[in-house]
Amino acid sequence: MSRLSRDEVAHVAHLARLRLSDEELTTFTEQLGQVLEHAADLQSLDLTGVPPTAHPFELRNVVRPDVVGESLDPAEVLDAAPDAEDGRFAVPRILGEDL
Amino acid sequence: MKSGWEMVVGLEVHTELRTATKLFCSCANEFGAAPNTHVCPVCLGLPGSLPVLNERAVEMAMSIGFALRCTIAPSTFHRKNYFYPDMPKNFQISQYDLPINSSGYLDLPDGSHVGIERAHMEEDTGKSTHLGASGRLHGAERSLVDYNRAGVPLVEIVSAPDIRSAAQARLYVAELRRVLIATGASDGRMEEGSLRVDANVSVRRPGAPFGTRCEIKNLNSLRSLQRAIDYEADRQIELIEDGGTVRQETRHWDESTGVTSTMRVKEEAEDYRYFREPDLVDLAPDAAWRDRVAAALPPMPGVRRTALLQHLVDPTDAQREAVEVVLDLDLDRYVHGAAEAGLDAATALARTANEVAGAEDGADRLSVEAFIGTLRLEASGQLSATQAKTVLADLLAEGGAPEEVVARRGFTQLASDALDGIVDEVIAANADEWSRYRDGDDKLAQFFIGQVMARTRGQANGKAVVEILRSRRG
Amino acid sequence: MSAIDLAASVRRGEVTATDALATALRAIDARNDELNVFLHVDRDGAEARARAVDDAVASGRDPGPLAGVPVALKDNLCTRGVPTTASSRILEGWRPPYTATVVERLVAAGAVPVGKTNLDEFAMGSSTETSAFGPTRNPLDPERVPGGSSGGSAAAVAAGMAPLALGSDTGGSIRQPAALCGIVGVKPTYGLVSRYGLIAFASSLDQIGPFATSVADAALCLEVIAGHDPRDTTSLPEPAPALVDHLDDGVAGRRVGLVSELVEGADADVVAQVERAAAALEAAGAQVVRLSIPELRLGLSAYYLIAPAEASSNLARYDGVRYGRRVAADELGAMNEATRTLGFGDEVKRRIMLGTYALSAGYYDAYYGQALKVRTRMIEAFRRAYEQVDVLLGATAPSVAFRFGEKTANPLAMYLSDVFTIPTNLAGEAAVSVPFGTGEAGLPIGVQLLGPGRSEARLLAAARVLEVAS
Ligand SMILES: [Zn+2]
Repeated sequence: MSRLSRDEVAHVAHLARLRLSDEELTTFTEQLGQVLEHAADLQSLDLTGVPPTAHPFELRNVVRPDVVGESLDPAEVLDAAPDAEDGRFAVPRILGEDL
Repeated sequence: MKSGWEMVVGLEVHTELRTATKLFCSCANEFGAAPNTHVCPVCLGLPGSLPVLNERAVEMAMSIGFALRCTIAPSTFHRKNYFYPDMPKNFQISQYDLPINSSGYLDLPDGSHVGIERAHMEEDTGKSTHLGASGRLHGAERSLVDYNRAGVPLVEIVSAPDIRSAAQARLYVAELRRVLIATGASDGRMEEGSLRVDANVSVRRPGAPFGTRCEIKNLNSLRSLQRAIDYEADRQIELIEDGGTVRQETRHWDESTGVTSTMRVKEEAEDYRYFREPDLVDLAPDAAWRDRVAAALPPMPGVRRTALLQHLVDPTDAQREAVEVVLDLDLDRYVHGAAEAGLDAATALARTANEVAGAEDGADRLSVEAFIGTLRLEASGQLSATQAKTVLADLLAEGGAPEEVVARRGFTQLASDALDGIVDEVIAANADEWSRYRDGDDKLAQFFIGQVMARTRGQANGKAVVEILRSRRG
Repeated sequence: MSAIDLAASVRRGEVTATDALATALRAIDARNDELNVFLHVDRDGAEARARAVDDAVASGRDPGPLAGVPVALKDNLCTRGVPTTASSRILEGWRPPYTATVVERLVAAGAVPVGKTNLDEFAMGSSTETSAFGPTRNPLDPERVPGGSSGGSAAAVAAGMAPLALGSDTGGSIRQPAALCGIVGVKPTYGLVSRYGLIAFASSLDQIGPFATSVADAALCLEVIAGHDPRDTTSLPEPAPALVDHLDDGVAGRRVGLVSELVEGADADVVAQVERAAAALEAAGAQVVRLSIPELRLGLSAYYLIAPAEASSNLARYDGVRYGRRVAADELGAMNEATRTLGFGDEVKRRIMLGTYALSAGYYDAYYGQALKVRTRMIEAFRRAYEQVDVLLGATAPSVAFRFGEKTANPLAMYLSDVFTIPTNLAGEAAVSVPFGTGEAGLPIGVQLLGPGRSEARLLAAARVLEVAS
C-alpha cells in the first residue's frame, strides 16, 4: 500500500463531515499513515479462503413480536433538540440535491 | 417512441410494509399521526440504542418473495453510510449483498414476463418539510423534520431491465401493486407514498448493448410514471441524435411541467461505505418458518386472472377489464360459483363487475348462493334482466334470498299468454318495423323487446319476447 | 467494606443505605476535585434510591443482592434525566430520555448509582487523557494516569468512592485501568451483558463489565448485570450464569497456558509478576504449560481497523440535529461540519477518519475486509489453544501506570498499551484482570486470565486463587 496522501485524508474528512486546518491535515496525515503502516502486516498475509468474521458469535433469527410499545413524549424529545419548531426538529437550509 | 430506437427500463419499487410497528423498534407504524409522536430511542438514533428486527416484517418480506417466485435465502443487514437529516443515525440499515429475496419474476396481464432481481428489507427515513418560497427544497430557508416515518419497514423490489415501453412499465407497477396488496404486505397507496417508484431508463438501437441509464425519481402515480419514462426516452434519443452522450445521473420528474431535470450526477455520488450491521445477526428462516408463511398466502392475481379467464371463450377487451375489476375487489367467488353451477359465465362476470362491484360493501351481504339463485331465475326466464339486476341490488343492500325479494317486489313472471298479447299489440302498432323484421332484419328484435319492456315496466323476459317474435315470423 | 458485606449488612438492617451513600459521598467530596473521577454526582437521585432501599428493609422487603451498595457508572451508560456525555463536548448537557439495561438491573438489585465517571472521549483511549473534561488522576499516584478508557470508574473504586463501578471494554478499557489502579476488572463474553444504553464505540467489540476491589464483588456485580436482554439482538439467549457459587472452585486439575505473546515486550517487573502468578496457580494444583499463539500479534492491527470502522459509522449520528450541541451555520452541511469539528477531540477525529478510510471504496478489501479475516484467524487460534488448556495467562498491560503526556504525542505508542487485551475482544471471549504484586515505584501490576466464551466462572475461580496468593 502506498503512503496515505494529504488529499486522501482531506477526502475522508469531508466524508466524515470534519473540517481540518492545513496544519491539522499535515499532522493527521502523518499519524494516520503510521497506524496504516503498522497495519501493513495484515496486507502481507495470504488469507484467501478465510471467511470474514463480523460477529464473534453465531446467533441467528433474533426477532421481536410485532406489538406496539411505548414511544417517547414528543415534548421531552424536542426539548433535547438544538432547534425545534412546530413539533419538528429544525435544521438550516439544505444545499445540494433537490428532492 | 421514435422508430429505430428501443428503450430499456428497470424499476425500483419501494413498498412500506403494513406492520403494526417499525422495522427495528416497537413504535407504531402509522401514517398521518402528529409529528414526532411515534419515536423512541431506537428510531431517533439516540446514543446507546439498538435495533431489534420485527418478526412480522420478515414474514411480509418473505410473502413478497413467494408471490414474486423469488429464492428466499439466508440474508444479512448492512449499514449504508451517508449524512442526511431525515436519517437519524446518518446511516440506513438495509440489505446489501445478501438480500432475503432474489431471482424471481412477475407475469403481466399482457402475457409479458419481467424478471425480479431482488426484493430486500430496509428502513424508511423521516420526512422533511421545507419552509420558504416554494415549499420545495430549493430556495427553502429552513427545513423541519418529523421522524414518525423513520424506521418504518420497507421492501425494495428491483426489476431486471426487461421493460421495453412506458406502457409496460405502467402495467408492471399496476400488477406488482395488485400482488403486494394481495400478500397483505402493502396497502399500495402511491399518493400517500407507501408505494414509491424509481425508474432506470436508457435507450439503444435494437440489438445494441445497453445505453447509459438515468434514474428518475418522484414518480407519484402510474400516470406520471408513464409520462416520465416516455419523456426521458425521447430526451435521450434526441440528445444522442444531436451528437451528444447520455450522462449517468439521477433526474427529478416534475409533474406540472412534464419534464425531467438533473438532481445529481453519478460522479458526485457518495461513497456509502457499506459494512455489516454489527448490532443485528444473520437472518436465515428455516424451512418450517418459510412453509408457514407460504401456506398463509392467498392465491396471487395472476393465478386468479387465469382462473377467471378460463370460464370465457375468446374474452373481449371489455370482459378482460371486467376481470380486473373482479380481481381488484376480490369478487372471484361469484363468477366461479355461477360458472360451476352451469350458468353463463359472461353474464355472471358482467353482473359481478357491474352490480356487485358497484355496491359499496355489498359483497358482505350477498352470499354466493343468493347470487347464483338470482342468475338461475334470470336464465330460466322467470326474471327479466332488469328484474334480476333489481333483485341483486336489493340483496346487496339488505341481504337475504332472491325468492324473498321476488315475492316482495311482486316480480311474478308475466303469464305467457299475457306476454303473447302484449307482443301482438306491439306488432300491430309498429307494422313497418314488423315487416322489415319479418324480411330478416334481426336487429329489430331489440326494438320490439324495448317496446314490450316499456309496456310491462321491465317485467317481461327478453328471451321469451324473442321466442314469441320468432314464432310469429313463422 | 466489600460490596458483598455491605449489602449483607444493609439487608440485615445493621447499616442503612443512606449511611453507606454518605460514606461514598464523603470519599468523593474528599478527592474528586483532585482526581477528576466523577463528571457528575447524582446526589438527589442517589439519596432517593438509598431511602427507597432503607424503606424496603424497614418494611421487611428484600431490596436485592446489592442492597444499598453505591455504584459508579462510566459516563457512556445512559441514565434517564441524568447528564450523559461520553466525555465529549458534543453531548454536553444531554440528558437521555431512557436508562441502560445494566443500570436498571443494578437498581432492581438494590444498588445505588452515585454518579457518572470520566472516560476517554467515546471510550477511545487508554489513559482517560482524551476526555473533553480533563484527565482523571490515578488515586495511587496522582502524577500518573489511571489507564483507560474506563479510568474514572477504576479510580472511583480504587479511591474508595464506591465499592463497585461499571466500565466498558472494547479493546481493554476495563482490564487495563483495573490493572493500573490495582483492582479487579472483568471483560465478559460478548453478549453476556446487554449493551442497550451503552453509547457505542465499536459495536461488535464493546462489552460492559464490573470493577471491584475483590473477585467476589466483581462476580456478584456481574451476576446482577448479566443475562439475556430482548432489547439487544446480540445478547446471549441464556440467563445470567452462577458465578459467586463457583468462586472457591480453585484450579486443581486445571490446565493453564502461559502465553508468550501476552508478555512479549512487557516491562521486566510485569513479566516477573506473571511468572509468579503462574507459580501460584501451579502451587494451587494447576498444570502450567508455556505456549505460543502467533496470531495474537496481528490483533492490534486488526483492531485499529475494525474498531475505527464501526466507530466512524456509530458516531455519524452526532450532527447537531436531534440532541447534544450544535454549532450554528447558515446551511445544513456547514452546520454538521462545524458541530462535529468543534464537538469532537483529536483522538475521536483520528479514529473516525481511520475508520472512514478503511471502509471507503477501493480500500475496503485491503483494510477492513482483511481485518475481518484476521479476526477469524484469531478465533480459530484461541479455539486451538483451548483444546490444550482451560485458561490462558498473561499480562494485562505492558507496564505499571504511566505518567501524563508520556504517550499522547504518538497515537501508536498509546495504542500499544492495549496489545495484550485486544485479542479477547476480537474473539468475543472473556478475560479478567486481577492485581498481583507490584512493580516500579510500588505501583500495582495486573495479570490477565483469559478463557473461551462463557468461561467467567472458571476465570473468576482462578482469579480468586491469585487474589488469595497475592
Ligand atoms: Zn421507535
